[in-house]
Formats: sequence, C-alpha cells, structure tokens
Amino acid sequence: MTTQTPLTVPARDGRPGRRREPAVLVLEDGRTFRGSSYGAVGQTVGEAVFSTGMTGYQETLTDPSYHRQVIVMTAPHVGNTGVNTEDDESTRIWAAGYVVRDPAIRSSSWRATRDLEDELADQGIVGVCEVDTRALTRHLRERGAMRVGLFSGDAAAHPVDELLDTVRTSPQMTGAALAAEVTTSEAYAVPAVGSARFTVAAIDLGIKAMTPQLMAQRGIEVHVLPATATIDDVLAVGEHGPDGVFFSNGPGDPATAEREVALLREVLDRRIPFFGICFGNQLLGRALGFGTYKLKYGHRGINQPVMDRTTGKVEVTAHNHGFAVDAPLDRESETAYGRVRVSHVCLNDDVVEGLECLDLPAYSVQYHPEAAAGPHDAAYLFDRFVELMTTRQTAHQTTEANA
Amino acid sequence: MPKRSDIKSVLVIGSGPIVIGQACEFDYSGTQACRVLREEGIRVILVNSNPATIMTDPEFADATYVEPITPEVVEAIIAKERPDAVLATLGGQTALNCAISLHDNGVLEKYGCPLIGANVDAIQLGEDREKFKGVVERCGAESARSIICHSMDELLAGAADLGYPVVVRPSFTMGGLGSGFAYDEADLRRIGGQGLQYSPTTEVLLEESILGWKEYELEVMRDHADNVVVVCSIENLDPMGVHTGDSITVAPALTLTDREYQRLRDIGIAVIREVGVETGGCNIQFAVNPADGRIIVIEMNPRVSRSSALASKATGFPIAKIAAKMAIGYTLDEVPNDITRETPASFEPTLDYVVVKVPRFAFEKFPAADPTLTTTMKSVGEAMSIGRNFTEALQKALRSLEKKGASFHWDGELTKLHAERALEEAKVPTDGRIVLVQQALRGGCTVEEVHAATGIDPWFLDQIQLINDVAAMLAEADHLTPDLLRLVKRHGFSDAQVASIRRMPEAVVRGVRHALGVRPVYKTVDTCAAEFAATTPYHYSSYDEETEVAPRERPAVIILGSGPNRIGQGVEFDYSCVHASFALRDKGFDTVMVNCNPETVSTDYDTSSRLYFEPLTLEDVLEVIHAETQAGPVAGVIVQLGGQTPLGLAKALAAEGVPIVGTSPDAIHLAEDRGAFGQVLARAGLIAPKHGTAYSSDEALEVAREIGYPVLVRPSYVLGGRGMVIVYDDDSLVTYVEKATEASPDHPILIDRFLDDAIEIDVDALFDGEDMYLGGIMEHVEEAGIHSGDSSCTLPPATLGDGELERVRVATRKLAEGIGVRGLMNVQFALAQDILYVIEANPRASRTVPFVAKATGVPLAKAAARVMLGASVQELRDEGLLPRVGDGGSLPDHAPMSVKEAVLPFTRFRTKEGVAVDSLLGPEMRSTGEVMGIDLDFGSAFSKAQQGSGSALPRSGAVFVSVANRDKRAMLFPVKRLVDLGFTILATTGTAAVLRRNGIEATLVRKITERGDGDKGERSIVDLILDGTVQMVVNTPSGQDARADGYAIRAATTSADKPIITTIATLAAAVLGIEAQMTEEIRVKSLQDHARDLDLYGRGTSTTAAAASATAHSRAVPAEVGA
Repeated sequence: MTTQTPLTVPARDGRPGRRREPAVLVLEDGRTFRGSSYGAVGQTVGEAVFSTGMTGYQETLTDPSYHRQVIVMTAPHVGNTGVNTEDDESTRIWAAGYVVRDPAIRSSSWRATRDLEDELADQGIVGVCEVDTRALTRHLRERGAMRVGLFSGDAAAHPVDELLDTVRTSPQMTGAALAAEVTTSEAYAVPAVGSARFTVAAIDLGIKAMTPQLMAQRGIEVHVLPATATIDDVLAVGEHGPDGVFFSNGPGDPATAEREVALLREVLDRRIPFFGICFGNQLLGRALGFGTYKLKYGHRGINQPVMDRTTGKVEVTAHNHGFAVDAPLDRESETAYGRVRVSHVCLNDDVVEGLECLDLPAYSVQYHPEAAAGPHDAAYLFDRFVELMTTRQTAHQTTEANA
Repeated sequence: MPKRSDIKSVLVIGSGPIVIGQACEFDYSGTQACRVLREEGIRVILVNSNPATIMTDPEFADATYVEPITPEVVEAIIAKERPDAVLATLGGQTALNCAISLHDNGVLEKYGCPLIGANVDAIQLGEDREKFKGVVERCGAESARSIICHSMDELLAGAADLGYPVVVRPSFTMGGLGSGFAYDEADLRRIGGQGLQYSPTTEVLLEESILGWKEYELEVMRDHADNVVVVCSIENLDPMGVHTGDSITVAPALTLTDREYQRLRDIGIAVIREVGVETGGCNIQFAVNPADGRIIVIEMNPRVSRSSALASKATGFPIAKIAAKMAIGYTLDEVPNDITRETPASFEPTLDYVVVKVPRFAFEKFPAADPTLTTTMKSVGEAMSIGRNFTEALQKALRSLEKKGASFHWDGELTKLHAERALEEAKVPTDGRIVLVQQALRGGCTVEEVHAATGIDPWFLDQIQLINDVAAMLAEADHLTPDLLRLVKRHGFSDAQVASIRRMPEAVVRGVRHALGVRPVYKTVDTCAAEFAATTPYHYSSYDEETEVAPRERPAVIILGSGPNRIGQGVEFDYSCVHASFALRDKGFDTVMVNCNPETVSTDYDTSSRLYFEPLTLEDVLEVIHAETQAGPVAGVIVQLGGQTPLGLAKALAAEGVPIVGTSPDAIHLAEDRGAFGQVLARAGLIAPKHGTAYSSDEALEVAREIGYPVLVRPSYVLGGRGMVIVYDDDSLVTYVEKATEASPDHPILIDRFLDDAIEIDVDALFDGEDMYLGGIMEHVEEAGIHSGDSSCTLPPATLGDGELERVRVATRKLAEGIGVRGLMNVQFALAQDILYVIEANPRASRTVPFVAKATGVPLAKAAARVMLGASVQELRDEGLLPRVGDGGSLPDHAPMSVKEAVLPFTRFRTKEGVAVDSLLGPEMRSTGEVMGIDLDFGSAFSKAQQGSGSALPRSGAVFVSVANRDKRAMLFPVKRLVDLGFTILATTGTAAVLRRNGIEATLVRKITERGDGDKGERSIVDLILDGTVQMVVNTPSGQDARADGYAIRAATTSADKPIITTIATLAAAVLGIEAQMTEEIRVKSLQDHARDLDLYGRGTSTTAAAASATAHSRAVPAEVGA
C-alpha cells in the first residue's frame, strides 16, 4: 500500500497551505476510497450517509440528528462561505466524520468568521477529501447505509484488513439509543418574540436551534427539557401546565425509545396539543401503535417533494431521516387514540412523512419544517401548532366561562 | 389535476430569426413544447419565420407556418387554423410581444383563443418596470430605486435625483437592447436618447447603480395548483454591470449560505405568485450586496428564457417541456422526472457537479465596435461545460469556446508590472477578461487586489489562483507522474495546456497520460446527485474514479456537433446533426452526440441515444470515442454535419485510427487545400476565378498584379468569411496581409480575382459515389462579393434559365466525383459574362441545408446521414425518403418562391463614440440568423422575408437614394417605379441630378457636410433619417473612399431602425417586394401544404396544388382576414 504524501497546494498570500495527509475511507462491505485528510487527522467510525443539499453545511454539521454518522456531501464544493456565528443549529458539530470532494481553500461571505476546515479541526472532526463522492453515494444507494471508517495520517498506514475490522466492530445504528447523548443537560427557556401567547414544553431529543426560534416568533415561550424529562417535568411547564408539547428531531433508532414513547402516551392521554418533528414523528407513530423501520439509505437533502394530503399541495422540504413510520397510506387507521391518518407523503418513494390524529390534537411530520438548512415551504406547520393550541385555549376559556 | 379537455389545438409562436439576445435556445424550448403537445394528442400549429430551426420541421407540428411573426400575419394564421389556445411563453420576447399585440388588437378574443401559460396581466406585471416594482414591494423585497422617464427632460431630472452613475433601461426591448450605464450627463443624453427610441412605448427606466454587486438568477416553475419549485440557481461570476448573457455564469450558486439562498428562493416564489404566472417557468434576477447581503430584485421574465435553457441543460430538468405540460393543465406532481422515471417533477434538482457557461463574442467581425461589456447583450453564442468542480468546469468551458487566447495560459515570464497592467485592463469588463484576471493573479497580484479591481467574488478568484498553483506545480515537477497528471486533470487542464507548460508536443502528453492510465471517467447528469438511479445517459467527463458509461450492443454512430454559436456557424448546423441522429436512431443505430452548446436541440438528452456534454477539441473527442469504443461497437464518427468545428478535427481523428464515415478526411483535404482543389477543377474541366497563394506581402503583391484588381483576400481555412475583404489597390493589400499574417502565421493568404457584377449561386447536393441528389439551387439576390451567409437568395432561382441550371448540375456532379464526396456538399458558383466559375466547394452540411429542406419538402439532412452510413441515393429514393424521380434542382413550374434573408446585428454594436457601426455588407459574414418567406412570386416572398427579418419594407413615405456612379443607370427603373407607387424620393445633388435628367422627380436634400445653421431647410439627410422622415435608405457605396461618406447615413439608418439597401440588386428586389405587399393580401400557407402542393414525391397531390395556386388570391385568404 502506498502512503505517499498527497500532492498539496502550496501556501500563498502569506497564508499557510493546508496540511494534507493520506487518508482512506473503508466501508463495512470492504470497498475503500483513497483520498486526503480534511479537518482533524486521525480516525473515526460511524454510519455512512449521504446528504444532497447544495447549501447549509454549517447547519447540517451542527444538527444533532447526525450524531454518530459520517456525512458524505454530494455537493462537490464545501466550505465556500466559511462558518459564522449565526447558523449553528446546536453548540457543536455532531457529525462523526465528514467526506467531501473539494474543500474550499478560502471562505467568502460577509458573515463568515472563520474557515470551516479550522472549525472541523478544532472540534476534532476527522474528514476525508478528494474522493469520488459520487461513486461513494451510488454505492450507498445500491447497497444501503452502512458503517464506515475514516482513517488519515498514521491511522491510514495500517493494513486495510485491520481498518475493516475496526469498522465492522463499531456499533450499528439499528438498535442505537442516542437521545441521551445529544440532549441538553439542563432545561432552558427560549422567550417568545413579543408577548407570550403560549407555553410549550419541548423535549430535546437532539433539537435544532431553529425550531424553538420559529416557535418563539409565533408568540410561543419554549421550555426545552432534557430527554430524561418525566410527565411531571412536562406538566410543571407554564402556569397551568404547557399549552402544547413538542418532541424534536434526533439521532438513533426509534425502536429503542421506549421511555420517550411512554412519556408521549402520557401527553396524548391528557389531550395536550402535540407536535413532533422527525424523531418526534417516529415516536408519535410508535405511541399510536405503528411500527418503525430503517430505510435502505434514508432521505437526506433539502429538495424532497412532500404532498400535504390535506391541501393536495406539494412542498419542497428538508429531510434527514434514516428510519420511517410504517402506517397505511390508503386509509385511516384505528388506534388506541382514535382515528389516525397519514397526512404527508414523500412523492419520491411514498414514505410516510406525517401523521395526524383525527380525534386528538396531535400531529407530526417526518421532515423539517424548521428547515435550517432547506426551503421554508413547510413553515405553516408551526402555524398549525398555534392553531391547535388556540382551539384548545378557546375551548378551555369557553368551558371556564360556562362553568 | 389532469390535462385540460377543452384544448384540442394550440398555436405555438416561435421566436423568429436568431439575433443577439434571442438565439436557438428558443428552438430548443419550442421543439420540446411542440413534441409534448403532440404527444398529448393536441393539434399543434406553429409559426416561426426562421427556417434553420428544428421546430419548424414539418414533423414537429401539424401545421407549420414559416411566416413573419407579425400581428397581421399571425392573425391570418389564427383565422385560418382557429386554434383553441395560443402558447407564447416559449418563443422569447418576440412571441410575447406578438401575443400582447394580438391581445390588444382584440384578435385573441375575436377568435376565442386565449393565451395559455402566462396571461397578459402577468406578462405586463413582469415586464412593466413600474408595476413590477410594486410587485416586489408587495413581496416584502426591495427594488433598486428608480424613476420612469418618457423624455430627455425627465431623464436629466431623474439622474439629478438618483446621482450618477445611473442605469438606463428601455422598456419592452429584448436582451437589454439600448440599456447601459451613464456616468455623466453626456452619457445620459446619448444612451437615454437611444433608449427612448428603442422602447416601443418611448419609456426608459433610470435606476440607482448596483454596479459590482453579486448577481444571481433563479429559474422557477409554477403549476396552476400553485406548486412552485426552483429548478436551478445561477451565479454570475461577472458582477452586476455585465448583462447576464455576456457574463460567465455558474450553477449552482457557490458563494451563498443556506440562509441567503433561501431568502432568494422565498422572494422568487413570492414574486412568481404575485405576478400571477399561472403556469410555466420564469426567471428572476437578483443583486446581492457583497458587503452586507442586501438583496435587490432586478427583473423577472414570465417566460422561458436563455437562462432557463441553460438551467435545463445544467440540471437535466427540461423546463420548456414541463412548462408545456403545465400549460395544458398538468400539475408538477403528475409529471414524472424523465431522468429517474420513478420520481415526480415536483422536486428541486440537486447537483453534484459544477456547470460553467461562458459567452462567445464576435467583436472581430465589428472592429469598430466598442468591446466593453455592458447591460446590453453583445455575445452571439455560448458554451457550457460540466465538471466535478469549478476549476475543471471553467477550464473546459474556456476551451469549448474554440477561440485562440480564450483559455488560461502560462506563456513566458510575467513580471509584477505586467500583472498590474493586466489588472488595470481587467477593470473594464471585456471579452477575455477572465484571462487577464488569471494573468494578474499569476503575476503576483493578490486575490484582494483583483477583487477590488473587478468585483469578482474572492472565492472564484481563489479558484483561479488554485489553477495557477497547480500549473506551477506542473511546471516545477521533475517528470509527469500519474498523481500529478491526475491532479492537473482534476483542475481541468487540457493536454494542450500541459504540453505548453512542459514544453513538449500535445501528442506526447497524451501518449504519456494514456500509458500511465490516466483517463477521464464519465459521470451522469441525473437531477438528484445520485440519490436515485438515472435512466438517461447524459454524460460529462471528469477525472474521478468510477465511470457510468453503460455497455451497449447496438452499433453506435458518434455525431460531433458544432459547438458554441458564432457568426457563420449557428443553429443550421445543429439542425443537420439532430436530423442525422433521428434518422440513424430510426435505422437501429445508437447515436452518440458530442456538443457543448447549451442552447441547442442536439444537447437535449432526448435527441440522441447518448449525450456527452463536452468540448469539441481533439482531446475531449478522442476520450469520448475511447469510452464508447469500450462500451460497444462503434460504426463511425460523423464530422460532416456540425460545420467547420468537427470538420477541422477530421484529419487528426483519422490519424488516430478513428473511423470517419461519409466523405473521407483525404477527400475533405482535396476540397480545402487550394492546390489540390485546383487539380480537381482542372480534371473536371471547371474554372475558378484566377487566384494565388501568398505568405508575405511581397508575394501577395506579385499575385495581385498577375490576376488584376479588385481581389478578394482571406486567410485559408475559415468559416463565415472571417478576415475576408475585397481589396482594390496595393496599399490596402499590404496592410491586410500584415494584419492577417500576424493573426495566423501558419496559414497562407488566399488571393482571388474578384468578379464584379457576377450572379452568385449556391448549391446543396448529396452524393453517394455514384448518384447525386441535387438538394436545391439557390440564386443570390446580391451580386457576388457579399458573403453568402449575408445574402438573400431564392429557391428556385428567380432569374436563371434551364441551360444555366443544367451547367450548375453538371459541374456540381463533377466536383462531387472529383472530391470523392459521400454525403452532403455545398458549392458556390459565380456566373459572370456567361462563364460559370467555381468559388468554393465544401464537403459538409451547409448553412442552407434547412432552408433547402423546407423549400423543397425533402429531409436532406436525414438522407445525408443515411448516405454517410452506406445507403445509396437510389435506396433512399426506393424507400421514399427522397423523391422517386427528380430532385430539388428541377422544381415544377408551379413551385412557389422561397426567399432566405439574413438578419444582421448592427443595432447591437456601437463605436466607443456611441455611433452605430457600419452596416455595409461585404465578403465577411456578419449576420446572426435568417428568415424565410414563401409565396407565389419572388416579390411577395421577398417582402415576407423582409417582414420576418424585422425590417419590413415601407408602404409609403420618403425613400432616400444615394448610389455609386456605376449604379446610376441601374437605379433608374426601380426608383421610377417607387415614384409610381407613390413614394417621395429624396436625393443629394449628384443622384438628384441624374434622376431629374431622366424625368424622375426627387427632393434635393443636404449632405451632412452641407448642413446649414439657419432654421429653414437646413437639415441634412442624417437629421431627416434620425427624426424618422425617411422610411427607407438606398445607399450603394463605390470604392473605398465613398464608403466613409456613406457611413454617417448608414449609421443613422441603423439607429433609426429603418430598412437600408446597399446594393442595386437588392433595390430591384425591394421594389418588387413593395409592389407585391401593396397590391396583395396576406397569404399564409403551412409547410405541410407547401410540400403537398409541390409534390416532389409524385404522390399526385400537385394537380390540386396547381389549381390552388392559380386561385390562391381568392382561396388562400379566409374571409375574416380580408374583412
């Protein structure tokens, strides 16, 4: 095996050239790609997933749902706009590794505060660049998501067999319970913009910063609670308990989230308006009695067509999910919580993208109305949450007035 | 919602001739639309005056009208065909303007055929700048501050308010015609004054300057259920100030964060909704302040545009096709994505590659024109390339231009001083600025300095610097290693560039590279970044790991296209390539198209079995051939149909062992090499004008003295008459040779005796080695000396007799035999003093093939492709592809006249002083496009062609006549006729005197030098032309000196946008045309009816045809039109 130092573009304009070490990417089925180091030098393992978004790498990297995943970017140029202080979706980069074809040498944006590559290196994120990301993507599409190891510098010098062993002995995504690893340790509140009309308890299973922001813009005071929150913690939010409960996106296999599902059932039992996104959608599905399953290679991108079956309109949406709910598309389902319908469906492959309880104030979507990164077409779903809570408030007031 | 059931027939309005700002991208979109509508069982009626288009082929519509796109003519078509709806959003600004006139005239209402796609309100909201500002405001976005002006006073007041510089934008013009930057009052008076004239509503918008801001475009689609998708984002590398058509553009946008991009997307969607584009595509342009991100919405086109064609090719999402489906009622989610087949069209394409488009200019054709790039589009074509990164795509795009000096280079030492000089030059945007930028960076200027000078985003500059860095590594390396070659190739370096840097022959570089196993792979444009499997083999090369070229079993024919449009090589060649592909696919071949022009039908992934979007250089073509040879059997490569570009590769391809089908490279050489061709002529007993070859000015003088002046001089191996002039004396000859030799030291100068007063004849013929099929014989209206591409011509020939036609036929056949043609050949003859001279013979498809095909109703290009692959003319006759007997050289007596007219771009080009460039025609081709007029007689057909070309002949008013002495006798009869027809004749002293002596009354007008200062009758002819008093100008120049005198007159005529006639032969034709249009009503006839009536195939339809033509005056025009 050659470990020849990759050809490196020299320093210029008084700035040092990037240090590039040989790197190798090893998939669990044995296919390897050789490239150069990017970000931190070392080794990492995770589930290989590809993301097709052409913008929004900063949001993607800091999205906790990517915890333990190695992201392969299909867009060839990454890092062009550097990183800034505004676009992080959490306090750190969660991705386990990063694979790109052509990293930017220089950032260009009036908002940029530093280069992406420096950020990756400082946060210890091992990456690989200069590989045929399209070939890799096609491989994952055909063979399905699988574990991958990125090895650079000294780590890349080991025989491939050894590296392959490292990959094959790393944990699988199926069966992984990861919410505890990404959730906030302390509860915190995001104040409403303007006067607070509602108070919502948001369970952080890997929440993105944009989600409470969009709620806050709609007059919601958001109390973000750790994933370990109990029903009492939830009910303690707000003067008379929360107006609504929200379950966020997050990493891992929904089948492992029994505790969270139990909590959600408590919420549904109390008929508190509920909204779930992504992992939250899978948990609603499980709470209602549907199964969840792992998709062959998942949906990760910001161009996915979803039909809102209520209005018949198509929205272009941001996706990041490897699991999905198994619910019938062609009819309403009878569940322990009454009638449930599939409200949204992905037009590419008919995967369930949203659930709506017809007899309870609860709904959820599998994709990301908070976008970040991605189109804003589905932002109306936050308005629906407000409507649900308004209806309930009005009903309460009516009840109180009648009492 | 499914298809509307109330639409059974649709009139599609095309975009007319190719002009700057409106090129063959509308042929691509229109062809797609026609196909879609027909697949849906809708009767398609098409009007387009441009015969070179593929959409006007009879098989793409049920009734195809090659007629002028004027409201009157289109009304006649509507009256005859009674369509249920009119689709005008796929034919550019021409179609849209025509549709608005039809709406305003009440024609659409009268015939109950509403517009589909965008409605009139939406079109006006999108196009009316003041209304559009309101739209933008209602969408919560910003427009540039601006003021609408209708007079010079308002302009001056407006500029005082906004502060200089200001942008001047005339309303309702296409391609930004007449717009520009005014830095001071003098600029404003000039640009603003012109703008008021260009605008059909005498309206000009003054705008705050956002010069230097980042420029973006979004291509947005909407269906009637209000689903909206953004198909593509495009970033202009050249910042605001350069028309997007003249900018280097990149897809996707590369220097925006998601937040900024989504903000553009939100605004774009809000605008399309607010404007009310019910269905279809539109294009929205934005400026973004690089300092703070402030976004300004510049404009929106509520129709398919040049950018949407680019976006379609860049993403694989066929905007025009989907727009047509939306127009007849489908929603985005009901239409499948062609490429994945499994997923719907209601998604947004995502790219895992970078697309770069570069404009191609033709300033060399207009040496007097100011080459500064402004908001008025000046480029005549474009090349697009796809790479896995920006550097690769950019370098491929630059070499796709096939223009010397267009690619980056590392020649010679470059001092900081030189670099700074290059940087200074790069401050002004011009053709080739990107190379100056590269040189400045190479010479040590920093990215910051170059950014400050040019406004180009630092990220792009850094990438260009990266290319320089890689070049430096290459130069310094001890030897070529596989890793080094791969690195270099990944950044888009060609073998030629490597060769130049390493100072070794290109062939050696290629040899080393192949020996080291460094070859490109081919990736697929699939709309989805590989998320789903693609079924459409639309490929581009990259130096990556894995290739996606699928093995195949059927024999492949590789067709080399014609590259970017340029003057002399345009859509006509694409027409032939596309037809070859169709014909050969039908015959069981897999056709493989190689081309890099995003505007064309040939680069539609539907056209051929496989598409390679690649530069047409030897290296890139050889690699495609190699990849396809690996994939399966290759029957051959076609180089004959794409014009000079592929023909120029023939010899080198053959040397590499590539099987060239059709005329062999040796035979091509026989036609192109002067000496060899002379022998062919001698053997055939044919003569050429006396000629010689020279390598120096001394040799040239010797040759010229021997053959006698005037002489026609040109460099060898050119297309479109580049660098060709008529020279009358020794001094001019020496000047020319010195300039030309400097331009191309490898090639000699060719000197021909120039034949005065000769009739030029153009022939397209098909030869299989034994039999010839004569496609058509065309007689030029202008005498020899005007480039054939700029001449109007008639088929059948208007004045030639049977004996002459027979001589032409015999001579053509001898040439085909002598050269060894297999396929198409074009010959130009000149008939002078009853002697038939051979001017030149080109063993390839010519510019006139589509015109001939339409005039005679015979699919000549298809037949040519079949002959190249081994079919005989007789077989094709037996099959019915060609007529069983006879050919286009002997049309029946009842054949109508077809006239082809060239369309010239003089209004686009101004000198640095702001005066229009000279419109004089000569041996150098300068037209961008052509139109066709078909009618019963020459006069009517000529008149239609003039209408179609946008300079309709006048029906009344004043005609100014000023002719050279030698033309004075010939002018008398036509001028007399103009007087009889009621025109007033204006003339300056000399011409007026001759007219008066011959009993023709003429009003004496002052020459420009005679302009007086008094207030009565003191104005010169130039003033009269500029103020619109003169309806037509006749100005034939004599010799070199008089040309300068006439220039002011011609420039004024160009500015006033009035017809100008510069040859006496054209004057005669124009008089016939004027007379025809005054005495006859509008006759329209579809090509399908035309072919049926002509009945070359002997199907017995011509008996009715003869009768029909005899009574056409009463029968062909429906009662409604006359009423």
